[in-house]
Amino acid sequence: MDRMPKWADVVLIPLISVVLAFMVSGLVVAIIGESPLRAMQIMLRGAFGSAYGWGYTLYYATNFIFTGLAVAVAFHARLFNIGGEGQAALGGLGVAVILLAVDWPHWSLALAAAMGFAMLFSAAWAAVPAYLQARRGSHIVITTIMFNYIASALLVYLLVNVFRVEGSMAPESASFAATTHLPNAADFAGGLGFRGSTPLNISIFLALIACVLVWLLIWRTRLGYEIRSFGHSETAAVYAGINPTRIIMITMLISGALAGMMAVNVVMGEAERLVLDFVEGAGFVGIAVALMGRSHPVGVVLAALLFGALYQGGAELQFEMPAISREMIVVIQALVILFTGALDNMVRMPVQSIFLSLKRRRDNAARPNPAE
Amino acid sequence: MEFLTILQILDSTVRLATPLLLACLAGLYSERAGVFDIGLEGKMLVAAFFAAAIAYTSGSVWVGLLAGVAASMVLAVLHGIASITFRGNQLISGVAINFLAAGLAVVIAQTWFAQGGRTPQLPSDARFGNIVLPGAESTIRGIAQQGPLGQVYSELISGHSILVYLALAMVPLTWWVLYRTRFGLRLRAVGENPAAVDTAGISVVGLRFAAVMIAGVLCGIAGAYLSTALSAGFVKDMSAGRGFIALAALIFAKWRPWYALSACLLFGFFDAVGNRYQNIQLGEFVVPVQFMQALPYILVVIVLAGLVGKAIPPRAGGEPYVKER
Repeated sequence: MDRMPKWADVVLIPLISVVLAFMVSGLVVAIIGESPLRAMQIMLRGAFGSAYGWGYTLYYATNFIFTGLAVAVAFHARLFNIGGEGQAALGGLGVAVILLAVDWPHWSLALAAAMGFAMLFSAAWAAVPAYLQARRGSHIVITTIMFNYIASALLVYLLVNVFRVEGSMAPESASFAATTHLPNAADFAGGLGFRGSTPLNISIFLALIACVLVWLLIWRTRLGYEIRSFGHSETAAVYAGINPTRIIMITMLISGALAGMMAVNVVMGEAERLVLDFVEGAGFVGIAVALMGRSHPVGVVLAALLFGALYQGGAELQFEMPAISREMIVVIQALVILFTGALDNMVRMPVQSIFLSLKRRRDNAARPNPAE
Repeated sequence: MEFLTILQILDSTVRLATPLLLACLAGLYSERAGVFDIGLEGKMLVAAFFAAAIAYTSGSVWVGLLAGVAASMVLAVLHGIASITFRGNQLISGVAINFLAAGLAVVIAQTWFAQGGRTPQLPSDARFGNIVLPGAESTIRGIAQQGPLGQVYSELISGHSILVYLALAMVPLTWWVLYRTRFGLRLRAVGENPAAVDTAGISVVGLRFAAVMIAGVLCGIAGAYLSTALSAGFVKDMSAGRGFIALAALIFAKWRPWYALSACLLFGFFDAVGNRYQNIQLGEFVVPVQFMQALPYILVVIVLAGLVGKAIPPRAGGEPYVKER
C-alpha cells in the first residue's frame, strides 16, 4: 500500500487531531453555557497578550518540555511511564535537600548541584518500577501509578515532619538562600518587558538543551538505536543481542531524570522553597505533550508551548468565567490524549485514503492514454 | 485485640473491598476478551459523580445508580470505539478516559452545584442504606451484648448496603458465565485467539464490545457505591487509585473470578487497617499517618513484585484484531 507523504504524517494528522480535540472542548464549554469563542479569546489574550502572560506561558511550557521528553523517551522503548508526577516530586525533594544542606556561594554552582540531585532522586524513583518491569514482569503502568501515590504521601510526611519551619503551620520548607536564586527573565530579557516577578527563569534554556540532547540520544547514538529497536520489536532486539533489562533500566532512568528536571524550574527557579504539590499535574500533561509531539523533541516543544498557553490562559479564564472550573484544562488534556493517541486511526484512515485517491488520479493523468 | 475489633476491621474490609471487587470483575471481562482497560478508575469516578448528582437532584438513589451506570457506559463505548473500532492503543485510551472523567466530573459539578467541584451532602434517603438481615442486631450496644457467633452474623454478615451483596453475588455469576456458558467460552477464546473465533464465524468486534460494555456496567455500580453507599456525596478524585488497585488485584488473581474475590478482600483489608490505625506506636517509634495512607499502594507494589509468580495475561490482550493482513 502506498504511504502518504511524510509531512502529512508528521504535521497534518496531529494538527487535525488537535483541532478535533479543541472543537470537542469548545462543545463542552458551550454545553456549560458559555461562549467557546469568547473563552478562547480570553485564553489567548491571557497567555500571549502581555509580557506577564508570556512569562507564565513559557514557565509552564518549560515544565511540560521536561515531562513531555520524559514520556517521549520511554515511548521510544514502548514503555509507558505514567509516573512522571511522582518522579518530579522526588526531583523537588533532591533540589531542596542539596540547596538547604549546603551554603552555596553562587547560583551557577547551586544549579549544577540541584540538577544533579533532582535527576538522581527522580531517576532512583523511576528505577524501582523499571527493575520490577524488567526482572519481575510487574506491569510498569500500574507500578508507576502506585509510586505516584507513594511519592505524594512521602512528600507530605517530609514536609510536615522534617522540612517544615519551626513555628509555621504551612507544609513547606524554609526558603532557599538568596545566592541560589536563578536569574529570571527580567535579568536576561528585561528588554522584552519581563518584570522581576515573572516565574520564567533560565531553566527554559536547560529545557531546550535537553531537547537537543534527547534528539542526539535517540537518533544519533548506539544506545538510542537500541532503545528504538527494542521499542519496535522486543524479540528482534533480543535476537540482535540487545539486553532488555539494560534497555528498560537505562530508558526509565533517563525518563525519570528528565521528569525530575522540572523541579529545577519550579522548586529552585520559581517557588525558591519546597512546597506541597508543586508538580500540579505536569507529570500527566507530559503524556499529552509526548503524544501530540509524536515523541519528537521539536513536537514536544510545540505541544509544551500549547499546553503552557492553556495553563496560563486557563488561569485567566477562571477569573473572567467563574462558571468554568480550572479542571477544564484536564478535560482538554484528556481530549488531546484521546484524539492524538487513542483515536489516531480515526483521523489517519480518511486522510490516507484521500492521499491515495489523489495519487491514483495523478498517476492516471501522467500515464499516456492507451486509446491514443 | 478484642474479638469485636477484629470483626469491625473485617466488616470495613468487606465494605472497602466491594468497589475493588466490582472494578476487578469489570477488568476481568474486558481483559479476558483481549481489551486492556486501565480506564476502570475513570469510569468509576464519572459514575460516582453522576450517581451522587442525580441521586441528590432526583432524591432517589436508584435513579442515581442508573445515571452512574449510564455515564460509565458512555466512557466504555468511547474505549470500545478507540481500541476496538479504530484499533488504537488501549493503554493510551484508558489514560485519556481517566483524565476525561477526572476533569469532566469536577467541571460539571462546578457548573451544577458551584461548591468547588463536589456535590452537596446526600440526605440519607438518597443513599443506599444498610440492610439488617433477619435476626441481626444493628446497634453497637446490641452487637456487643451478643455471643461470638451472633456478633459475626450481626457485624460482619449483616448490615451492608445491597450493592455489597450484589458485588459478592457477581463472583459466582461471573464464574458461571465465563466457564459454563457459550458466551463465556467465546469471550475467553477471543482474548486468547481472536482469529480462531473469527474463523468460526463469530464477530470478534461484537464480543469485545459486549465485554467492554459489561465492564462499563460493573464500573458504574462500583462508582455509585463509592458516592452513595461508602460516603455521602462526590468529592474530587474520590476513587483514589482504586481502579488501579483493582487492576493489580486482577493480575494477582491471574484473571480468575474466585481468586479476584480473595485478592480484593486482601487489598480491602490493607485499606481497612490503614484507615483504622492512623498512628501506630511501636515502642519509641511512631508509624506516621502518611505511611498508613500509602500502605495499600506499597503493598500492591510488593504483591505485584514478589507474590504474583508467573501471571500470564490473556494472549491476545492489548492487541487490536486485524481481520486480514
